[in-house]
Parts: sequence; structure tokens; C-alpha cells
Amino acid sequence: MSTMSNSLAENHAEPLATAGLSQGDVSDFFALLKPRVMFLVVFTALVGMVVSHPDVHPVVAFVSLLMIAIGGGASGCLNMWWDADIDAVMTRTRKRPIPAGKIQPGEALAFGVTLAAGSVIILGLASNWLAAGLLAFTIFFYVVVYSMWLKRTTPQNIVIGGAAGALPPIVAQAAVTGHVAWDSVVLFAIIFMWTPPHFWALALVKSGDYERAGIPMMPNVAGPDSTRFQILAYTILLAPLGLAPVALGFGGLAYAIIALIGGLGMLALAVQVYRLRQGEPAMRVAQQLFGFSILYLFLLFATLLAEHGFGFFRPVLG
Amino acid sequence: MKDRIDYVRLNPEEQKRRRRRSVALALTLAAFCILLFAITLVKLGPGVLQRPL
Repeated sequence: MSTMSNSLAENHAEPLATAGLSQGDVSDFFALLKPRVMFLVVFTALVGMVVSHPDVHPVVAFVSLLMIAIGGGASGCLNMWWDADIDAVMTRTRKRPIPAGKIQPGEALAFGVTLAAGSVIILGLASNWLAAGLLAFTIFFYVVVYSMWLKRTTPQNIVIGGAAGALPPIVAQAAVTGHVAWDSVVLFAIIFMWTPPHFWALALVKSGDYERAGIPMMPNVAGPDSTRFQILAYTILLAPLGLAPVALGFGGLAYAIIALIGGLGMLALAVQVYRLRQGEPAMRVAQQLFGFSILYLFLLFATLLAEHGFGFFRPVLG
Repeated sequence: MKDRIDYVRLNPEEQKRRRRRSVALALTLAAFCILLFAITLVKLGPGVLQRPL
């Protein structure tokens, strides 16, 4: 910083516009919130709310959902602030606002902290402090435990860190009911178990990127074959877990069919990923698993939303 | 040490971006006020101002 100030002081002919002034557009600040992750957070939180059949004012439900979304966005923003150095060397992330030079790291930090604190406080005031505490824990877990600690130190980073991405249904249920019940815990478990096959499928394709950035993703540390085995192991656990909402009674007939077919699809692709280990076909099937895993999770939650939010619930038995 | 003060001069594109940031901030603040007003009404009821002082 002082070097920059000195060079500017020595050369007044240079424009001062870049001396710490924000260059970012509104869209750059929005990009800091990781909109696609935010969509997943809002979507899973909405389902966590709807399956709870809350008896709260719609304004409270709306504000709670908004604050969970903003809290998720703040986590993404603080993650980008912390990871700007590694984002700059990965092709997938080098165009993000901080490595692209559009937003100063300090701006991102201030933006993220303000949104994080604001979302927790407003959620506490609008709903209850259990939900606010859970949201604060989610942000802390994603930023400090995952981004600052696990991501650069262990190949289990996304397994443990995945808990942060899985918490929104629990936060949402706490916001509208004041307590945490088994249904949101099961939704948490599904997202938690879905995360490793989802991210490791991507990591198999992008292992060069992660290696260049020095991130110990599973394919770089344990090797692609071990990663393939672990993807299969997690998928074997995930497929039956996807049916748990049916066993607990909040997944209806449509959900049972979707979870069964989707789970079998995930298993079939995971077996293919395990079997095909060389060349282009191996990369292609890993890419397919990555894409299908997004569709699978989306369909599970969308079906629950349709069943509980739009009256499509039909019990599996009777 | 120079006796003349150099001010930052924004180019037209930077001025546009600053204006868009300012507008977005103003709209966010307005939305925030409406949000707090709505929460207050919902949590405390419409008679929030009609209480003994």
C-alpha cells in the first residue's frame, strides 16, 4: 500500500483515479455475492420452510428468506476476499471482480462484513435468535472453517465445508418455527452427502486448475482413482438417503419416484466414473456426473416444493 | 512537496459507474427502511405508535 502511495506521490502526471477508488460497477458487487450459490441457498431454504408448514406472517417468512440469501451472499463475498490470490491463477475464477481488478479487496471485505452482520441482526429481529445464531454459524463455518482453514490444508475440505452449504434448510425451519426438526436435518444430510460426489466430479475435470492454485483437492492428493472410489462410496450412501423424506412421511409419491429414479441415475453415473479412468471418456463421464448431480438435487427439492407448496402431496402408501 | 493539490479526476465511464453505485446504494437504503417498517408493523401490530408514553 505504501509503495503504491509513494509511486503516486512521485509521479503526479499519472491519474490518481486508481489510487484506492472503487472501479466496480453494481454488477461487480452483485457478482461478489456468488448469485448461483445464492440461488441454491434460497431454493433449499425455501423448501426447508415449506416442508415445515409454518404458521408465520408472510412478511416474516419473506424477510427470513431474504436475510438467509444475503447471509449466503456475504459468505460468498468474504470467501472471494480471502481467496483472491488463488482465484487469480485458476481459469474458472480469474475473472471474478477482485482478481480482475474491478473491486479492491478492502471494499469486498467491508461489503461482506456489513452484509453478514446486517443479515444476522435483521433475521434475529424479524424471526428469532435461534435462526440468527444458526445463520451466523453458517457464515462463520463457510468463511473461517472452510475458506480460511480447511480449503488449503486438507483434501477433506469440501466434505466438512459442505456442511455450510447444507445448513440453509435448517436455518429456514428455525426462522419460521422457532425450532429444528428432523425433516430439515434430513434435508441437511442430503445436501451434505451430495456435496462430495458433486465437487469431486468437477475436481476430476479441473484437477490441473486446482493443482496450479495449490489447493489440495482429492484428485491432486489421493489421486484420481481413489477419488473415483470415494465418489462411488458417497453416492451409494446418497441414493438411499434421498429416499429418507419418504420414510419420514414428508416425501410423497412424486418425490419417491423422483428420488428413486434420480438416485439410480446418480449411481449409474458414479459407477461409470469409477470404471472409466483414462482419456476423454473418463473426463466426459465425470462432467456428466457433475451436471446430473445439479439436476438431481434440484429435482429432489423442487418436488418437495411442489408437494408441500402447491398441494401435490400424495402419500406413498394409501 | 508540491503546493498544488491534485484531485482525482474520474473519466466519463468511471463517473457513470459511480453514479450507478450511488443509485443502487440509495435504492438499497430505501428498501431497508421499508423492510424495517414492515417488520415493525408485523411484529408489533398497527397500533405500535398508540401506546402510553
